[in-house]
Amino acid sequence: MAAINFTLNGQTQTVDVSPKMPLLWVLRDTIGLTGTKFGCGMALCGACTVLVDGQAFRSCSLPVSTIAGKKITTIEGLSADVTHPVQQAWIELDVPQCGYCQSGQVMTVTAMLQKNAKPSDADIDEVMRHNICRCGTYQDIRAAIHRAAEIQATGVKA
Amino acid sequence: MNRRDFLKSSAAAGLVLGFHIPGRAATTAPARVNAWVRIAPDNTVTLMIHKGEMGQGTLTSLSQLLADELDIEWSQVRTEFPPIDRAFGMQGVVGSQSIRTSWDPLRRAGAAARQMLAQAGAKRWGVAETDVRAANGVVTNIASGAKFTYGELAEDAAKLPAPTRPTLKDPSEFRYIGKSMKRLDTRDKVSGKTRFGIDVRIPGMVYAAVARSPVVGGKVISFDATRAKAVPGVKDCVKIPSGVAVIADNTWSAFEGVKALDIQFEDGPNAQFSTPGISKMLAEKTLKPGPSARKTGDAAAAIAGAAKKVEALYEAPFLSHAPMEPPNCVVHVREDSCDVWASTQMQTMAYQIAVKITGLPPDKVNLHSEFMGGGFGRRGSSDFVAEAVEIGKLIKVPVKLTWSREDDIRHDLYRPASVTRFAGGLDAQGWPVALSACVACPSIMYTTMGMEPVKGIDHTSVEGLEDLRYDIPNFDVNYHWTEAGLQVTYWRAVGYTQNTFFAESFVDELAAAGGKDPVELRRRMLAKSPRLLNVLNLAADKAGWGKPLAKGHSHGIAVVNNVGSFTAQVAEVSVDKGKVRVHKVVSVTDCGHVVNPAIVEQQIRSAVVYGLSAALKGEITVKNGRVEQTNFHQYDVLRIDETPSVEVHLVASTEAPGGIGEAGVPTLAPAVTNAIFAGTGKRIRKLPIREQLA
Repeated sequence: MAAINFTLNGQTQTVDVSPKMPLLWVLRDTIGLTGTKFGCGMALCGACTVLVDGQAFRSCSLPVSTIAGKKITTIEGLSADVTHPVQQAWIELDVPQCGYCQSGQVMTVTAMLQKNAKPSDADIDEVMRHNICRCGTYQDIRAAIHRAAEIQATGVKA
Repeated sequence: MNRRDFLKSSAAAGLVLGFHIPGRAATTAPARVNAWVRIAPDNTVTLMIHKGEMGQGTLTSLSQLLADELDIEWSQVRTEFPPIDRAFGMQGVVGSQSIRTSWDPLRRAGAAARQMLAQAGAKRWGVAETDVRAANGVVTNIASGAKFTYGELAEDAAKLPAPTRPTLKDPSEFRYIGKSMKRLDTRDKVSGKTRFGIDVRIPGMVYAAVARSPVVGGKVISFDATRAKAVPGVKDCVKIPSGVAVIADNTWSAFEGVKALDIQFEDGPNAQFSTPGISKMLAEKTLKPGPSARKTGDAAAAIAGAAKKVEALYEAPFLSHAPMEPPNCVVHVREDSCDVWASTQMQTMAYQIAVKITGLPPDKVNLHSEFMGGGFGRRGSSDFVAEAVEIGKLIKVPVKLTWSREDDIRHDLYRPASVTRFAGGLDAQGWPVALSACVACPSIMYTTMGMEPVKGIDHTSVEGLEDLRYDIPNFDVNYHWTEAGLQVTYWRAVGYTQNTFFAESFVDELAAAGGKDPVELRRRMLAKSPRLLNVLNLAADKAGWGKPLAKGHSHGIAVVNNVGSFTAQVAEVSVDKGKVRVHKVVSVTDCGHVVNPAIVEQQIRSAVVYGLSAALKGEITVKNGRVEQTNFHQYDVLRIDETPSVEVHLVASTEAPGGIGEAGVPTLAPAVTNAIFAGTGKRIRKLPIREQLA
């Protein structure tokens, strides 16, 4: 066990857990933030994606010791009122079906749009092919990414 | 102050007159007008959604049925998954039945509640029921214009006898049914708020994972918990019927504890099965006819005397469901009561299993239905609920059981592997005169109900063949029940997932052998099935069947009649260096009266991805009774870059609603393989397609 400090959704957080424990389980079981999902445990599906200093990471395969001192953003911290451009676009197009993978999809897209404000279909394929959705919302995700890019560019508020 | 500002709430002592302050929390509990409808004094209406939400949109579409007949504003709608209650009948989502089985009772429930509210209003004013109007969440006195909200009348209404024959709206009066209402669950699903089963947290809860026999039916001989208990966070290891449960203070420690556990199993007889042997066994069975599932005319004689004979052997593998949320369940078993929180497709069965295992009186067991992170048939089984209750019964503290993805892939109940041997006969003009299909596969009925197939037939093994609509005068379907060492169950679209691939491929073979266009042949054989013929023609038309395509592209078509709906799909594919690419799918479905077109279209897009995953990649293989795949790197599924553009067309219809969740799945594989044949001349007779074109 070791005390590890980091910033979680803008708040200072200290946890006393095994340093090897993946961030995913620290979030879900230790802290109780369950918006980040367990899908595979091997960084294969993307359901557990969070932002670490703005970059998308698979929290299921990230030992908590490696995020000491870093800024973590989870789906719960993306916006206070569900108005992040990606969330707005997702709501506008009713993207989710079961919704289980969508926290990870939304976080992955958020990181992508920070680097690439207007991704092409090929750019989307490149990044998003690593996020699995068994309900098959892919076509809707693609449309919503283009819409989120528009919202981000024009600063439209819902 | 107008009349709306009064709140009448009846207490045991009598009628109490109070003030209703808008915006304030309700001062009394919502009144239960009937099983499905609760209305609070603030006029919010909570609808009981007795069919679980696993992505298919029941939360929204069932709300539409109730809200429409109840006639309330959409903004008044709140929803809840109710506890187990006989008033709801079977609580479960299987067989694409939610809309089909709810269409009538939920409309009646909404209409009955509306009528009771109208009666309550009429009584208050002392006027006849015909002198009031209930609409938009308000009851209006037609003569005076005075109004009561439903919320103001709900308690009174709840005391009235329920009308046995409430008047239903004429479809022309529908305000929500038939409209693409926005899903009620979207906002919470993009903000991390939705509580899935795996997200349930109970004070004092511990976490569990289970080590199970790698072979179905294998038994634990011995185990040593020393190394498992040395894992930080692990508290205990306990034996349960399905294996050994590791109890820890977090999920990860429980998983690590299972990995560290020293455990010996006795494999049992299912260790004899390996995939090559299973394929051979199933194929050999089909050499002789089995019990008959369908017999029209004399297929054997007609094939023997046919101008041309066509034969083929088809095979489909075991498949895992792999919903994104792995199986899990939270339970709290106490001496005198039990609570179960589960994302389950079969609430009633999960509840009954908890009652049985705990031995508690049924009214002391509570099942809490949670949102499901996908189902696809996996959550129709209650094995994970049974495991959690067994653990909870031993440790008597709240516990969350979580399956790892490896547990999910290796210990699923699978879509059966299946082999079908076809023979067909053509007349001198190339038209089919006979078809025989001999099927061998494990029985879902046997796994799920412990029943041997009645008269040798498990209909889930032959659906898609025995009910094929093609008008062929001599038609035989028979079946060999053949167990193959794995448990099998319902997988989105069940028997149609393999049998429609078999049937629609072989029909294409008959077309090719007779020199007929695949659409032309189907048209001729569907003359007596107007709804199927209609979707066939529409799909061909919308896809531009027979018109030139981009270089290297080809079209394939397939049709199916399942879950009370009719679907035709045209796939546009190309094959480049042995790799198949599906560019576009045009899908036409006639599912009768549509409740929410946007959700129906979503379900078809979903089905295309699910069906393509299986057709292109899906395969579970077995070695010495052990499933060889463990996670998504070995059981790969379709990705965004492999997803075709999907064009969905729905047939406008006033027929009774059909199912939709499974309607779009079966035709994907044959539409794609028929397109591959059209483009390359290569006939795919075994799924998945994967490397077969290399």
